[in-house]
Amino acid sequence: MTLHAELRVQRDDFTLELDLAIEPGEVVALLGPNGAGKTTALRALAGLLTGGRVRVGESTWDDLPAEKRPIGVVFQDYLLFAHMSALDNVAFGLRARGTRKAEANVIALEGLRQVGLAEFARAKPRTLSGGQAQRVALARALATSPELLLLDEPLAALDATTRLRVRSELGRHLQNYPGHTLLVTHDPLDAMVLADRIVILEDGRVVQQGTPREVVRQPRTDYVAHLVGLNFYRGVASGTEVRLDGGGTLTIAEPSEGPVHVVFPPSAVSLFPAKPAGSPRNTWQAVVSGIEQHAHTTRVDLAGSPAVLADITTATVAELRLQPGDTLWVSLKATEIHTYAR
Amino acid sequence: MRSRLPVVLVLPAVAGLAFLLVPLAGLLVETPWATLPSQLFSAEVGQALQLSLICASLATIVCLVLGVPLAWLLARSDLPGRGLLRALVTVPLVLPPVVGGVALLLVLGRRGLVGQYLDQWFGVSLPFTTTGVVLAEAFVAMPFLVISVEGALRAADPRYEEAAATLGASRWLTFRRVTLPGIMPGVVAGTVLCWARALGEFGATITFAGNFPGRTTTMPLAVYLALETDPDAAIVLSIVLLLVSVAVLAGLRDKWIRA
Amino acid sequence: MAATLVLAGCGSQHQPGTGVTGEITVFAAASLTGSFQKLGKEFEAANPGSKVTFNFAGSSALAQQINRGAPADVFASAAPSNMKQVTDTGAITASPATFAKNTLQIVVPKGNPGKITGLADFAKADLKIALCAEQVPCGAASKKAFEAAGITAAPDTLEQDVKAALTKVSLGEVDAALVYRTDVKAAGDEVEGQDFAEASSAVNDYPIAPLAKAPNATAAQAFVDHVLSAKGREVLAEAGFAAP
Repeated sequence: MTLHAELRVQRDDFTLELDLAIEPGEVVALLGPNGAGKTTALRALAGLLTGGRVRVGESTWDDLPAEKRPIGVVFQDYLLFAHMSALDNVAFGLRARGTRKAEANVIALEGLRQVGLAEFARAKPRTLSGGQAQRVALARALATSPELLLLDEPLAALDATTRLRVRSELGRHLQNYPGHTLLVTHDPLDAMVLADRIVILEDGRVVQQGTPREVVRQPRTDYVAHLVGLNFYRGVASGTEVRLDGGGTLTIAEPSEGPVHVVFPPSAVSLFPAKPAGSPRNTWQAVVSGIEQHAHTTRVDLAGSPAVLADITTATVAELRLQPGDTLWVSLKATEIHTYAR
Repeated sequence: MRSRLPVVLVLPAVAGLAFLLVPLAGLLVETPWATLPSQLFSAEVGQALQLSLICASLATIVCLVLGVPLAWLLARSDLPGRGLLRALVTVPLVLPPVVGGVALLLVLGRRGLVGQYLDQWFGVSLPFTTTGVVLAEAFVAMPFLVISVEGALRAADPRYEEAAATLGASRWLTFRRVTLPGIMPGVVAGTVLCWARALGEFGATITFAGNFPGRTTTMPLAVYLALETDPDAAIVLSIVLLLVSVAVLAGLRDKWIRA
Repeated sequence: MAATLVLAGCGSQHQPGTGVTGEITVFAAASLTGSFQKLGKEFEAANPGSKVTFNFAGSSALAQQINRGAPADVFASAAPSNMKQVTDTGAITASPATFAKNTLQIVVPKGNPGKITGLADFAKADLKIALCAEQVPCGAASKKAFEAAGITAAPDTLEQDVKAALTKVSLGEVDAALVYRTDVKAAGDEVEGQDFAEASSAVNDYPIAPLAKAPNATAAQAFVDHVLSAKGREVLAEAGFAAP
């Protein structure tokens, strides 16, 4: 049955207003910048804050405190109980809910086996690696077969290489989990890889939601565009011409009318020392305001009308002898530009 | 030589250590070692020592049963006037113990606010009893426990308690299985302080519980009275108290801190 | 105040022209606090340029302080035994003079709720009784009194000093205690004193003597003389002490 949540939390000058619907077996990622209210939302869902009205079919959790809600939570730094073994940690929720010790241990051991840590059953949390601790935390959250699994930045505490491996493992476990899952993260990659649907939260409100594919292709806010790495503008289309709100005009390949979002990847942008020749191109002058070296490309930040990000090869950087303050010509094919209604 | 200790810390530290240890050394130097064994195994000393250990331990148990929940209340609840309560809890620390003893008499004594009813209704009289010793010691020693447990609670991460709640644990279960084990070092430190304070308690005990051998004469009382007539005996008694308490505390420390 | 001045005037008549000056330190038993402070003022008035400083404490504590070299000029003890501790070590070589006697009294809370009529009541188990511990002078004296009366007391507590025993009485925690007459007098209205016959067999002598190494030997002797004078006895009698 679908889980419906209405979260209303008012705190000082911050208001969270979030409606969520999660299907059984679905993984919803709550993505947003720091301070957007992601963790507040998770705590309200868990019953650690008041203001979380939750309905699953006929049952409502509105007035239930955390310990009465059928939930499992994986916390950012896992919060494994340091004085208990991994097995006791996993068995804790079962014991708290009245399962006999022997039976709880059997279930907990099975849980550890599923995350590949059966041989660490007697280990104390401090002897586990970050990835192992994360898996114990997952097993602990899942041991009671909760209806709602809440994951608070489950990969944030891991180093980059471990994160890659743990992320794919986590994805596998989430796929097998039949309940409702909400993943809170500020890492777009986590959301893209792990979630069926992404809800983007900014300043306590939903600004966009959709499948990862939709979000990547059609960002609706600067934050999302920045996350997915696209140049992003608002404008008004008239045929094949879009007048941008922030100044400048772009020529597009497919005609459109009215208010639109305009996106194109930085890799579609070319830079020249002088005005290039050739027709179906957008060209304009811009000044280099920043240069950032990435793995295989260099990202150039250009101020102009419009301002634009360009990814160019290291060879081009050398050829142009780029320096901040240089004036260059920006060139962009109309066919690289994607527009969609606002 | 990267880890050379700064002189500004080492000098006062050594001075502090000397300040604490030299009086003890003085006691040891003055000890009439020849008569020590005979004193040690005399009936009175044995009786006083036994009574001291029992009363201090019972007082510590009373402090644990009442003090740990009190510390929890001070650290975790949002009850109004908590700051004032916290200050009031420490009052027995500042109060001269003799005054504490008088205060206990005024409340629990035969004509005390509560004591008169205990006497009338139940025939219970607390002064001049071993129970009275335990109460007096608990009164004086409890703040040590409460303060150190409260400190540990405030330093402990309350999110572990939230984690336990999301796993379905009631607050009581959470307290027993998550909070308490997490603050164990603080509880042990507080217990040790509390026990040590109770063991050395003199003023409140003699004022509230009086002095009667086998019933209320604990070691510090015996030491004080011995000092009146036989200073050597007083030193021997002090040494006995010192050795026993050091042995117990060292034993406890090893058992608990390493666990 | 006027009385003090008059007394001071009298004192100077009894000790004409001693011409004592300088500071002296007197170690005196705690039970002497009130009367000795008065005597000290008289002494200072009679001897311009002199100054008396007191250290009041339990006699045994004072004896130990003196034996450890405390800079005292005069020692006034509440018991000969404590004086002996000091003469034994040679800290005092002069022979101590008895300057006052103190006798025991039965003390009961105001209204006498335990209906105490004599020393025999101290043997009753159902009454709450406080006695001084045998290690302190009033306890030793009490023991003598009970021995003389042929009574086995049944105390509930053996107090570390007279004041502690008196506190128990004034709070009504005990029905009776045995303390010094002077202490009952000092305690005021909260308690009532009763004389008893056997008190005469447990009279406590108060000895006084200057110290062998008194920093101000002349003034020390002058102060001792002042305490032993008729005027001194008068002041001590006011506090309830009997003449030696």
